[in-house]
Amino acid sequence: MTASATIEPNGAPPRGVTPARIGIYAFLVVTALFFLTPLYVMIVTSLKTMGEIRLSAILALPRAPTFEPWIVAWSSACTGLRCNGISVGFVNSVKILVPSVIVSIAVGSLTGYALSFWKPRGAGLLFGTLMVVAFVPYQIFIYPLVRVLAFVGINNSIPGIVLIHTIFGLPTMTLLFRNYFAGLPPELFKAARVDGAGFFRIFWSVMLPMATPMLVVAVILQVTGVWNDFILGLVFAGRENLPMTVQLNNIVNSTQGERAYNVDMAATILTALVPLVVYFASGRWFVRGIAAGAVKG
Amino acid sequence: MPLVRPRTASRLAVGLALSPALLVVVVVYVGCTAWTMWISLTASRMLPNSTFVGLRQYASLAGNERWQVSVVNLAMFGALFMIASLLLGFLLAVLIDQRVRAENLLRSIFLYPFSMSFIVTGLVWQWLLNPSLGIEKMVRDLGFDAFRFDWIVRQDTVIYTLVFAAVWHASGLVMAIMLAGLRGIDPEIWKAARIDGLPPWRVYLSIVIPMLGASFATASVLLATSVVRLYDLAVAMTNGGPGLASEVPAKFVMDHLFERGNLGLATAAATSMLITVAAVVAPWLYWQARQRERSVPA
Amino acid sequence: MNKRCDVSIRGAEISYGTVKILEKFDLEVAQSEFVVLLGPSGCGKSTLLNAIAGLVDLRDGQIWIGGTNVTWEEPKDRGIAMVFQSYALYPRMTVRGNMSFGLKVAGMPAAEIIRRVDNAAAMLKITELLDRRPAELSGGQRQRVAIGRALVRDAGVYLFDEPLSNLDAQLRAELRVEIKRLHQRLQATMIYVTHDQIEALTLADRIAVMKDRVIQQLGTPSDIYRRPANRFVASFVGSPAMNFLPGTFAVRDGAAHFAAAGISIPLDGYGFDARPQPGAAIELGIRPEHIEVGGDVPVAVEMVEPMGSDQLAWLRLSGHALSMRLSAEAHIIAGEKLQLRLPADKLNLFDAATGRRL
Repeated sequence: MTASATIEPNGAPPRGVTPARIGIYAFLVVTALFFLTPLYVMIVTSLKTMGEIRLSAILALPRAPTFEPWIVAWSSACTGLRCNGISVGFVNSVKILVPSVIVSIAVGSLTGYALSFWKPRGAGLLFGTLMVVAFVPYQIFIYPLVRVLAFVGINNSIPGIVLIHTIFGLPTMTLLFRNYFAGLPPELFKAARVDGAGFFRIFWSVMLPMATPMLVVAVILQVTGVWNDFILGLVFAGRENLPMTVQLNNIVNSTQGERAYNVDMAATILTALVPLVVYFASGRWFVRGIAAGAVKG
Repeated sequence: MPLVRPRTASRLAVGLALSPALLVVVVVYVGCTAWTMWISLTASRMLPNSTFVGLRQYASLAGNERWQVSVVNLAMFGALFMIASLLLGFLLAVLIDQRVRAENLLRSIFLYPFSMSFIVTGLVWQWLLNPSLGIEKMVRDLGFDAFRFDWIVRQDTVIYTLVFAAVWHASGLVMAIMLAGLRGIDPEIWKAARIDGLPPWRVYLSIVIPMLGASFATASVLLATSVVRLYDLAVAMTNGGPGLASEVPAKFVMDHLFERGNLGLATAAATSMLITVAAVVAPWLYWQARQRERSVPA
Repeated sequence: MNKRCDVSIRGAEISYGTVKILEKFDLEVAQSEFVVLLGPSGCGKSTLLNAIAGLVDLRDGQIWIGGTNVTWEEPKDRGIAMVFQSYALYPRMTVRGNMSFGLKVAGMPAAEIIRRVDNAAAMLKITELLDRRPAELSGGQRQRVAIGRALVRDAGVYLFDEPLSNLDAQLRAELRVEIKRLHQRLQATMIYVTHDQIEALTLADRIAVMKDRVIQQLGTPSDIYRRPANRFVASFVGSPAMNFLPGTFAVRDGAAHFAAAGISIPLDGYGFDARPQPGAAIELGIRPEHIEVGGDVPVAVEMVEPMGSDQLAWLRLSGHALSMRLSAEAHIIAGEKLQLRLPADKLNLFDAATGRRL
């Protein structure tokens, strides 16, 4: 190269910010804002007075933020006949959540363990059936299940809804644990058997401690799934035990007269709080849960 | 995997451990399905009635206006929702995979809606799309007097609002699945494509997308099953209205099981839903099983 | 080869963030030469190859191919073709599709594409596989297809990134010969990265032995094998590995000796690169096949490994282990005592501290 005006290429080529790169970031940022808008609106609306809501734009920040709607939502909003706020629903949801998560994970992990290492006759068929049924809509099962639970005497009760959640959580939980155990080295299992350990001993002392990652994922999936459930709680929990989602719908959609949108949004946030916290606290684990098995919202 | 021959004590233990699952499969899955199907063949109304009437309930179902509208609504919703979610989710995954900064933050933002229940989703979008106080009012106040965004109260557009909310909810999931698929692609393929002189869009079109077949299939099946289950969102957002414009099959079943007291019709509807799901899922499961048999070890 | 295809790397510096991978790196590869970059993992050889290809940017320095400065050029404009360790075949396309896709996108006329693909397939004996998918091929076949994809580009420079590492020993031997034949036929410049010293010795016109991102020695296989420039090169190249004995440099009656563990080995006839001080700590290296029976170095035979074509005897010399190659017919048993001779002209002496050849 002899022309003095041209540069001899050396080192890294000059790379400016290409229009393509700008376009990528622009699209991502705009889409992110679109995704964040509902959350923003929920929070902002719940901090406004009704007067402000009628006058200002939906996206505007509250001029005089107040927690009054939250207090009303929590303790005095009307869910049907009673007006004790959504705190009732919160308590109910917790009462439903804790046993459901424990029982469904216990049964699911045991079933997955039995199907992975022990491979009894018909294991493939059982597993396959569980997987297939996971796709079937609940409506098919509802009426017969109501009759069966009523017959056993646990319809419209906490044990009833816990049983229902266990039943419908079984496919996902089994899938999770079975696949996880199937990925562990079989030598582990063989060594335990040579040591003389039996079925339950191996499960309790060897496999379960090793399954901590899956337990975390299972807890995340079940907490999210059970807390967010609407239809099963509506049908099986009974009027005394309606979960927060059902109460929320009652507060918002069955109010006569003028709607208190700020109270509605406060109640909505309160209902969404538990899964949101779980989501943001769990980070990578949530995505891992999606990857590990079908997540049903 | 070892085919361990369990001895009697172990065999008992395995049986015990699997009994809940067996019970569930037999009693719930098989038994309840059979029971529901049986009721759909009887003259049951508010209470079960064992008079066998053949397919009469299905005939009256087919002629039921509410059911017809529900099915059409669901078909429209399903098609739009699946296409939009797959497209948006795929696009987001591709863009995030371009080594953008703040990847974790962006992923969190796109995925958080999936952690929220359909009730919450429906209520928040109902509020956003509220004509007199929501977005329509806001844009009008900015000076655009003729702006209309009252889709949620109009019969011909309300179904689109449901699609909006559902796409917002599910795109993050599709993105996560696609991203996992993209990350599983051998980076040396990208190098080879660069040496071959292929422009990026061509690589995505001709090489990457065909390789993501399994991810697309997984995402599609998950989306499709949530389409059939659509209930919470419709109840929270519009409760089937205005009129019948956002009625959906799941709601039809629930309404007729409880409020309207027509067991025969409700179970016929539920069985129809089951058959539809089976028609979609069975081929996919079969294809999956064949794939597992057919792959040649490297 | 009718186009100019020499490669020149001048003052290359490559960094990954703050970590320096290569610094002030120079290498000249002549027209039609086969150069092998040999070294353990982490020595920078793959990074260098990727930089030549244009897949990695230089922080500083230039890359010239065929007399043109290609430092800022995209890989497709550098006149190169590349073969990868994991083959990197497009899984959903047939073999023919894989080989022709790049040419199709570049707008080459269909007839020309067919001609090139058929030619390459014939050369690599994969013509019957043209309509199959990669998943239906064995490892060796896949690698041939990967080479075929490189061939159709009609490039002047071929870059190989450990192409045989994923294959079993027998396939490796087969494909090694194929690649050498290809080079003889095409007369293209080839730069080949590997950690396998046998591939290097058999394929290369010149070998660049690399360690810790620096070229330890650049020379013909014969040079590298017979006169390794330092202890690392000596131990890395050659199998079974060279034997090493620590000791000191002694001068007795004017004659140079290697003194260690009660023995003294005369050094007249050894070609010194640098003469050490008397008393300096040095290391002696000798290859198993160069040790002879019939001298005055006493050893005990610990174990004999029969290897088919010859035998490998493991000996002990005052606490140090030595291996010695013998013909399959030689009569030797464990427990025997032998007297060995280490001929001076086959020795390699290294400075004990720096490892440099003396």
